Amino acid sequence: MGADASLRDRFELGLEAPICLTWELTWACNLACVHCLSSSGRRDPRELSTDEAIALIDDFAAMQVFYVNVGGGEPTIRRDFFELLDHAVARRVGVKFSTNGTRIDRARARRLAAMDYVDVQVSIDGANAAVNDAVRGAGSFDAAIAAMRQLADAGFGRFKVSVVVTRANAAQLDELAAIADTFDAQLRLTRLRPSGRGVETWDELRPTAAQNRDLYHWLLDHPDTLTGDSFFHLSALGEPLDGLNLCGAGRVVCLVDPVGDVYACPFAIHDQFYAGSVRAEGGFATVWRDAPLFTELRAPTSAGACASCGSWDACRGGCMAAKFFTGLPLDGPDPDCVHGHGLAATPRAVPLVLQPRHARASAVVASAPA
Amino acid sequence: MTAAPSGVARTFDPDQPARLHPLVALREESFGALAYHYGERRLVFLKTPALVGVLEDLERHESARAAVAAHVEVDQVEDYVRALARLFDSGVIDGR
Repeated sequence: MGADASLRDRFELGLEAPICLTWELTWACNLACVHCLSSSGRRDPRELSTDEAIALIDDFAAMQVFYVNVGGGEPTIRRDFFELLDHAVARRVGVKFSTNGTRIDRARARRLAAMDYVDVQVSIDGANAAVNDAVRGAGSFDAAIAAMRQLADAGFGRFKVSVVVTRANAAQLDELAAIADTFDAQLRLTRLRPSGRGVETWDELRPTAAQNRDLYHWLLDHPDTLTGDSFFHLSALGEPLDGLNLCGAGRVVCLVDPVGDVYACPFAIHDQFYAGSVRAEGGFATVWRDAPLFTELRAPTSAGACASCGSWDACRGGCMAAKFFTGLPLDGPDPDCVHGHGLAATPRAVPLVLQPRHARASAVVASAPA
Repeated sequence: MTAAPSGVARTFDPDQPARLHPLVALREESFGALAYHYGERRLVFLKTPALVGVLEDLERHESARAAVAAHVEVDQVEDYVRALARLFDSGVIDGR
């Protein structure tokens, strides 16, 4: 899908249903990645019950949400995971789920391989154990590779190897692509966000400006790489990257968290971007169509401080969540603005990271950006 | 029409009968519709309501061209036939 200005203008106004809906099934996770967007670790007793999750899938089906991106936490930890998967597939709600791979054994790999409309993304954040495990924890690289081998042996087909690009792995893109090739899988690269636990690790892990330039050219040279439209802020470097090159928050994108709270995007888990709950009257459809926050986000974007920049059309000011959590004004440049305008922008007082609605082991407080 | 083993013709012939691929779902939007191909996991944007009407009606006409003619002005028929050819190449429609 190439950049199409007329289509982008329409998408800015919102869609009848999201085309990129992330549903975090649980906060339970057996890993504790230092950049986890949802600060996952422990299950919350208020997470959606099986019946509620089934009803939510039915709502998605009624709205013709064609597929959902399922994450967590580690979604396979839910005891009803396969029940929910079976129900979604039966209702023609495709599922792309992200996993750390630790629970993908031979039996589960075979079960997944036998299902229609299911895609799997196995996460690694480095091309070797040293780089990966520094972010994802000891043993996590070997576990993920073992899961990839199980999926390949089970004949799953083209699963995804999902990587968050960091300062530590930005030089490993060729090696990461080679790992995906080994399993006839597809490489998926996404942007590090200063959200969740990523608030604390952003300064240390974010790619340098030079690495971002190299990444942009690497992506142009490797158009088969999936990115989830993640790097549109880099399109200001020249020809646009593949994708809509637009912040989709509340327009084509949203997040449903484990207790059914809906946010504008998976990187913006904060009260300011809270739209409503699927548990309220009217359910998810009403939140998507009528939430005041979403109505606001679907208004045409003002260029704000970026109005005088010739690249505005290319990057549209970048990522709302990245600006918010680094204390930058939302109508100004992205912290990783390729022209360096993000560095020049004056940060406002950095917001306290939301004490999420779920019980959390320890509160995290944002540190001011360097 | 000579069909490939999968039942999908190799090249698009607008004078042959066509259909929306059984694995494709349409969702109406203000600009037209989104088409999602469950087999290819591909999202396609249909940018006019008339094109959506054509796709929904394909099976009721003896040819793809006839379906187009029922929905658009004469001077637009060739544009829409070309749009159908692209949708054929991406698997959204096929022969029947």
